[in-house]
Amino acid sequence: MTAEITTEKARIGAPSIAGFTEEGEGLVSAKVDHSHNHGLTVMSSRAERLTSFDVADFALPTGREEEWRFTPVRGLANLFSDAATDGDAAAFTVEAPEGYVRGSLAQGAAPRGTVLTPADRAAVVASANTAEALHVVIPADAEPAEPVRILVDGAGAGRRSNAHFVLEAGANSRSVVIVEHTGAADHNGNLEVIVGDGAHLTVISVQLWEDDARHLGQHDAQVGKDAVYKHIAVSLGGSVVRLNSNVRFSGEGAEAELLGLYFADAGQHLEHRSFVDHNVANCKSNVLYKGALQGKNAHTVWVGDVLIQKQALGTDSYEKNQNLVLTDGCRADSVPNLEIETGLIEGAGHASSTGRFDDEHLFYLMARGIPEDVARRLVVRGFLNEILQQIKVPALEERLTEEVERELAANEN
Amino acid sequence: MSTLEIKDLHVSIDTEQGTKEILKGVSLTIRTGETHAIMGPNGSGKSTLASTIAGHPRYNVTGGTITLDGEDVLAMSVDERARAGVFLAMQYPVEVPGVTMTNFLRTAKTAIDGEAPKLRTWTKDVKDAMQQLRIDADFAQRNVNEGFSGGEKKRVEILQLELFKPKFAVLDETDSGLDVDALKVVSEGVNRAHATGNMGTLLITHYTRILRYIKPDFVHVFVNGQVVEEGGPELADRLEEEGYDRYVAGTGSATAAAAAQA
Repeated sequence: MTAEITTEKARIGAPSIAGFTEEGEGLVSAKVDHSHNHGLTVMSSRAERLTSFDVADFALPTGREEEWRFTPVRGLANLFSDAATDGDAAAFTVEAPEGYVRGSLAQGAAPRGTVLTPADRAAVVASANTAEALHVVIPADAEPAEPVRILVDGAGAGRRSNAHFVLEAGANSRSVVIVEHTGAADHNGNLEVIVGDGAHLTVISVQLWEDDARHLGQHDAQVGKDAVYKHIAVSLGGSVVRLNSNVRFSGEGAEAELLGLYFADAGQHLEHRSFVDHNVANCKSNVLYKGALQGKNAHTVWVGDVLIQKQALGTDSYEKNQNLVLTDGCRADSVPNLEIETGLIEGAGHASSTGRFDDEHLFYLMARGIPEDVARRLVVRGFLNEILQQIKVPALEERLTEEVERELAANEN
Repeated sequence: MSTLEIKDLHVSIDTEQGTKEILKGVSLTIRTGETHAIMGPNGSGKSTLASTIAGHPRYNVTGGTITLDGEDVLAMSVDERARAGVFLAMQYPVEVPGVTMTNFLRTAKTAIDGEAPKLRTWTKDVKDAMQQLRIDADFAQRNVNEGFSGGEKKRVEILQLELFKPKFAVLDETDSGLDVDALKVVSEGVNRAHATGNMGTLLITHYTRILRYIKPDFVHVFVNGQVVEEGGPELADRLEEEGYDRYVAGTGSATAAAAAQA
């Protein structure tokens, strides 16, 4: 059995023949770099996707929807049900300097709901079933020496857990927030992030779940003037993980970097979706997700949407996904979508590649004296290092490097 | 002084049509300091010989032996062969995703020597060797062979040859796809490695062109999986004028039979 690799071409919001759309949907007004237009299907704008706080607005996913078509929805009924958290499904711990935890926010209590409006069934049931959302504020100008840590530890497989966190980085603050998932649960987790003007915030979402955990999440951020936001998703554990990392801007001169690292083993489904909404002029974004796959039915998905709105002049954006397939029987889906409504931009690029580490690579390295296990580690570590080194929290970086090595060792046995 | 000895080697591969014998009894002895050229037309099994020495899993040895100073090379894994001192400069070096040249070279050198090279001298050695082979310094930070041109890949093979200092180098059509300038640069690299006096060279080529720069002590003509004629450098000159026709057409099989018995 060979690795199944699909790389879909970018869909750009411009029909290849002016005035014609395949699905008969309204014309998308777009000026695009035509050398970049692969002449593909036209979809309605990403901006038009439904968002709502009302559970009734989202039908149960069937797998035929655009946003669910890669996900094994059939097994996720427990996560889609409009159900409260099972008593002690997960333990939540916050490690932060005194005064950072501001208690909780009820539904409708701003800033909750100002940035994150649920965009799918999992997010809306999480929102509806979290009466009180954890509210963490990094004060303006603060530069905490240690990262703020939010630990989510699942109590057992199949236990339904809902969470909604609201995170505010005050103006000109410099901070790192780690959201760490361990144990097992059926966890729906929303994260709402407000990055104040001039603030630098790094959010690292680490999925070190046990094998039988399932996790659906929506992480939305709004980035203020001249602020820098970095979101790093690291998914190693869990049977199904699906994380949506979305960002938009509230002031010019802002930068967003959405990064991801995943390593899927046999039977694991790890899905990452990113959406950069360039709704403000002169902002920069960079998206880079890198994944490794090994074992039968290891499945990864990356869907990267970038929308450059008409008013977002001077936008500079790039998105890239790279996958490394280590064994037969894996499947990596990679879909960059670039929608450009103005030609007056600095740049908009995308790239996607899925490569195989095969017997010829192995032969080459071994023919240079490198033993097989070292050769495999060398390749995978080298490949994933680009993301790991962005973490810049030495203890966490080290730990995740070890976890990656453990994933590799598991394959050798 | 080391000896790489190939005796009556038979090699086959599995194809869709069944097993196909490629090497039909090859014997060769190479000693430190010697350069042997193996010349032959396409499809004669030259590259099979090279890959078999290195241990490529595609090739099944059905008979004969390969020994390095008496040690059974065929019993060694691919990496063990390299550590024992066998180096194959590949005809088509593969791109290895995710691994920078710097990281690769250091890891391989550490594996071959059994200890990590001294960082300061190593960095300098790599830099100097790259310079001599006219490889841009920024290649060090690029992934192994990724996006390299054909000529760049060949230079990087010879870079490894110079840095790893093997006992025996097998150069599999290192000259193919090189323009004259690159051919000179690459040949100089091989000659430098050879000049250390600690290496034996098996140079596999289709064309005599590279033999203007790398002087062989022995020339073996390879046809249909066998050595059909052996001689000194003058044999290469004759091939240059006459080509392989007289071996492959008609009389070829008679010559082959005679050579096999010799």
